[in-house]
Amino acid sequence: MKEVRIHARAGQGAITTAMLLASAAFEEGKEALAFPTFGAERMGAPMNAFVRLAREPIRDRSQVKEPDYVIVLDPTLIRGFDVFAGLKEGGVGVINSPVSLEELGVKTKARVITVPAGKIAEEVLGRADRANTALLGAFAAATGEVSLQALIRVVEARFPGAVGQKNARAMGLAYNFAKGKGK
Amino acid sequence: MKLTIGAVGLPGTSRQNKTGSWRINQRPNFLHIRCTACDLCALACPDGCIYGNGRNTYYSDYEYCKGCGNCAAVCPVDDIEMEPEKGGLPQGVFVFYDENEFRHMSTA
Amino acid sequence: MARRMLEGSQGVAQAVALCHPAVICAYPITPQTHIVAELADMVASGELKAEYVNAESEHSAASIVLGASATGVRTFTSTSSQGLLLMGEVLFNIAGMRLPVVLTCVNRAVSAPLNIWNDQQDSLSLRDSGVIQLYAENNQEAADLIYLAYRVAEDHRVLLPAMVCLDGYILSHAWEAVEIPTPKEVDAFLPPYSPLYKLDPEAPLTLGMYANPELYTEARYMLQRAMEEAITAIQETSHSFELIFSRPMPGILEEYRTEDATTVLLGMGSLVSVAKEVADELRGQGEKVGVVKLVSYRPFPKEMVWEALKGASDVLVLEKGISLGSAGPLLLDVRSACHHRPHQPRVSGFVCGLGGRDVTRQTIKAALAEKELVDARFLDLKADLELEGMGQASRDKQPALARGARRKRAPRKEGINSA
Repeated sequence: MKEVRIHARAGQGAITTAMLLASAAFEEGKEALAFPTFGAERMGAPMNAFVRLAREPIRDRSQVKEPDYVIVLDPTLIRGFDVFAGLKEGGVGVINSPVSLEELGVKTKARVITVPAGKIAEEVLGRADRANTALLGAFAAATGEVSLQALIRVVEARFPGAVGQKNARAMGLAYNFAKGKGK
Repeated sequence: MKLTIGAVGLPGTSRQNKTGSWRINQRPNFLHIRCTACDLCALACPDGCIYGNGRNTYYSDYEYCKGCGNCAAVCPVDDIEMEPEKGGLPQGVFVFYDENEFRHMSTA
Repeated sequence: MARRMLEGSQGVAQAVALCHPAVICAYPITPQTHIVAELADMVASGELKAEYVNAESEHSAASIVLGASATGVRTFTSTSSQGLLLMGEVLFNIAGMRLPVVLTCVNRAVSAPLNIWNDQQDSLSLRDSGVIQLYAENNQEAADLIYLAYRVAEDHRVLLPAMVCLDGYILSHAWEAVEIPTPKEVDAFLPPYSPLYKLDPEAPLTLGMYANPELYTEARYMLQRAMEEAITAIQETSHSFELIFSRPMPGILEEYRTEDATTVLLGMGSLVSVAKEVADELRGQGEKVGVVKLVSYRPFPKEMVWEALKGASDVLVLEKGISLGSAGPLLLDVRSACHHRPHQPRVSGFVCGLGGRDVTRQTIKAALAEKELVDARFLDLKADLELEGMGQASRDKQPALARGARRKRAPRKEGINSA
């Protein structure tokens, strides 16, 4: 079983991120569970979403405390939260940030990459705060946990027409970026 | 008697519930002398059991009349007097629905 | 027939739609709103031919479905927490009038203090109402119990409202694979509603008449007997469900690895999943632990619960609620089921997961570690939180924060964001 923890603010699409990741994995034959946890019911409030991926049906619905993967949609959260707490040995982190890890002030032994998903989203979708789909593309490249094709399928099913296609493009661009960053 | 599922009953059972059985020791006597058919007695009756159509035709249905005296109090020509109850109060009943017919239960 | 990734509330909404309700009326409240929003979309698009009525409160919503159901049609409403309590007196009325309204309660804690997260205090608090209560462990069950609820509620031996309970956020907002049957399969399982009595201007009736001391007791006795009949109806309907949908339906309860279990965990809803994980882990270490998942809380299947527990020496009831001043409602029911029996097990009660506090393996293991017989041991109480007016002795062996001690600065929160 692989466990993912997503850090975001309400309104940044963390739940959609979790849903798309779970759906893509399900398309590829895995069992998947995605769920959120909220703080205050307001836009901008820090929140989490979680995903579990496994071969057998998933019974654990508690919050993910020891993730294999951490996705950070909003780098400002790093100031107030230890986003990599519990990250397993050999786990991977993917942060949406235009600047490098060092500039963010992140010190970690784990394998963490920064991806300018917000920039990509701004170019393709016209909105930097719609970085979630792009970041998922980078996640797929960095972890190999789910294929880009499956992600594109589910995002186009979720957002029909031009919106879906643009999101798919953003995913592809971020995927290539992350691939380019190497292992 | 049968108690239905959900205590379902036929409508209009309040007609069988002769609340005149609650009447206190007086009842209205309509003199039919000076009545102007102003209809105030019928309007003032809290039970709506006073009927009439034209002068000196008004009466109270003693099956439901409580003897409250409102009618006598409002009659502008004093054509209604409250007199002692003569006896013979109706029997009050509660009625519930049975598939075939009413069953009565006395509350006297 | 295929499984699809759905949000729990979507699965429930689709299940409701497949049951052809004629009138849907609800008032929004976190975290149930997704269900009725989905249904409203379906009505607006024409996908679902039903009347969707907007009400100004849950009390009104319940009253509207009461009235609609009284005209002899299938109805649906949904709520949580304060909304359910606001519906309270109407639900008692719906039950007393023997109207088979089906509703979902997306379980959420009750105020005060204000809390939007999951526990089961809301539905537990209405256990006296005459409303059937069925608890879902996962989203497949949440959807499946809807079909079951309608058929059981409308069974002429029962004729009671039925409430499907699913844990707020944990289930309602979780995306997982759910199988939604075809309309044909649902129609094969659930016949059209055939009311016993209904409001009809052509043949007028009064429902829920006045009942004086001479009659009221018998009317309530009839309700109690209907609840007892519901146990049989649920069992028979579950069997029919399994035949038609080829899927398990433990309508009353489910036994997990209880055959030779000496210790049994008992609970309702999503926490049972965690209990099963713990049982598997301990079985792997040679311990004889089993789990009983109670699905039907009302009617409380006393004899079946006893049958499931009688082989155990220890029963641990885990519940997300408490009858303040006494113990957990489930504990009280389970102890009663085990009372006056030969070799009754020790039954302890644990309160956990209140207000959305995570129920983890550690939570359950802490319960298992409890040596004393307890009625309502609160699990996961924070040791470092001072509770005003409570001295150390009454804190249940957990140390209070020393007076005057202050944290120098807010610590970085671990991992999970919180407000």
